[in-house]
Amino acid sequence: MTTTIDAPPAAGTAARIREHVVNLCAGPEGGHLGGSMSLAEILATLYTRVLRVDPLDPASPGRDVLLLSKGHGGLALYAALTEAGFFPADRLAEYGRPGGEFMAHPHAEIPGVEMPSGSLGHGLALAVGFGLGFRLDGADRRCFVVMGDGELQEGSVWEAASVAAAQRLDTLVAVVDRNRLQITGATETIDALEPLADRWSAFGWTVRQVDGHSCEELEAALTEPPAPGRPTVVIAHTVKGKGIPFVEDQPRSHYAKLGERQHAKALAALRRGAAS
Amino acid sequence: MTASSREVYRDAVLDLLPRDERLVCLDSDTGLFDAAAFPERYLNLGIAEHTLMGAAAGLAKSGRMPLVNTMAAFASSRANEAVKIDIALNNLPVRIAATHSGVSAGHLGPTHHALEDLAVMRTLPNMTVVVPADGPQTGTLFRQSLRVKGPVYLRLGRNATPELPAAPPVTLGLAQVLRDGSDVTIAACGPYPVLAALEAADTLAAEGVRASVLNVHTVKPLDVATIAAHAQRSGVVVTVEEHWRNAGFGAAVAESLAEITPSLVLRVAMPDAFVPVSGGQRYLTERGGVTSAAVAAKARSALGRSPR
Repeated sequence: MTTTIDAPPAAGTAARIREHVVNLCAGPEGGHLGGSMSLAEILATLYTRVLRVDPLDPASPGRDVLLLSKGHGGLALYAALTEAGFFPADRLAEYGRPGGEFMAHPHAEIPGVEMPSGSLGHGLALAVGFGLGFRLDGADRRCFVVMGDGELQEGSVWEAASVAAAQRLDTLVAVVDRNRLQITGATETIDALEPLADRWSAFGWTVRQVDGHSCEELEAALTEPPAPGRPTVVIAHTVKGKGIPFVEDQPRSHYAKLGERQHAKALAALRRGAAS
Repeated sequence: MTASSREVYRDAVLDLLPRDERLVCLDSDTGLFDAAAFPERYLNLGIAEHTLMGAAAGLAKSGRMPLVNTMAAFASSRANEAVKIDIALNNLPVRIAATHSGVSAGHLGPTHHALEDLAVMRTLPNMTVVVPADGPQTGTLFRQSLRVKGPVYLRLGRNATPELPAAPPVTLGLAQVLRDGSDVTIAACGPYPVLAALEAADTLAAEGVRASVLNVHTVKPLDVATIAAHAQRSGVVVTVEEHWRNAGFGAAVAESLAEITPSLVLRVAMPDAFVPVSGGQRYLTERGGVTSAAVAAKARSALGRSPR
């Protein structure tokens, strides 16, 4: 266990998410390491402090909805879901094994996964539909969409962002995992996203910027009530591969198959990080 | 002429929407609906077809039955990935009302024609694909489609097409037998193809050739049993469609029959080419070779080559 006794609950969960991800990336197929590690605090905070969901009744009618639009963060989502109690951790062993339901990109058969994802640029449009549904139902529900920053290069994101604002969907919260890297390099050298906050503002969104590895900052931004009639985006500044010094902030961390030595080294680094 | 299939569909929506709480009409600024005539469950999301399909999936997942409105070309090609991943993969009860299908967009040109949509939609798991042959059938099949559990693609036209002569009632999923004859089977899909099939059957009857005419308004799931029963008797099937010849309705019939019965399947379909000229739906289909004369000619040539 990596949890320290006085760690706040979300941070402890984030540490366990990282450990699961590292273990899964040491499996037969490897996995999307970097973008899962950058998500740890975001998902930990959502599942421990923000989302009103019931792991014993994943389809409960009044639940909040979380969509992982950056489907390649699937390993972090699986880890967060098992930590939240949606399924036993031993099911993670199915990942990448022939016949296993746990694939690199989440499938809706997994308890707690609302919608499958993997092709980038789909989550925000889905969220528009949930938001419209909540309004029609008069329901006090929210929809959170976790997106990658590279994903924002997809045009469909901005199409949906515009519609969300036009429809005044203030129950919708987008979280951007702003780790600044995509498969082959920096987002800013490939198809620059900056000025990112201004872009969202110009689309009619309320923008909040936080340290994406601070559970406290994330919780504050994710729970603050929305400006009436405006959707909210939380730009979470993160580090790809966070927690493993030998891959941190490197594009090559995007997908990794950890050998035995690297696996041990990564776990040791996580434990050092948790203890510090 | 009767009302166009899209107008019949619109009127059915206007009738059903106030009475069925599940229904939400999601529009992409098609202009088909008068927003003022609607209660709160009409939403115009603007010109944003990917978002339209994704939002329909989200709405369906939150318990509604969205009626999605766009043109067939945009539903099947532009928004295809959202239809595939967000709607079909989740097997959600979304109804996609796709107007301007085939060449019914006429002079609007190839950007607005949809001659690929049956191929695209019928390959998607969970999708039901419905092609009404006239206005009245559109209303019936649309209402029946509300009972389908998963997504439905409803292929509609832009302008009015002739009403079919008196025929037995249509039932979604079952081919409508318009004529019963043992020499040749003509299986048709869509307004002008069905009319061409009926006219060809008349021509052939005058020559002593008895033709079955099937209006196959449900392309998926295909009523293979009815088509095969007629094909087994005649040994010769001519398919007729307003769709590119590759992978469309005729291809669906041929694929299915090839595994069941040694019948010859000849396709009358739009050629493997874009349509580069102006013209109405009837003009453009006939220009593409989808005519009663072509159907009759295929039937005659096939009769000489029948495996029976």
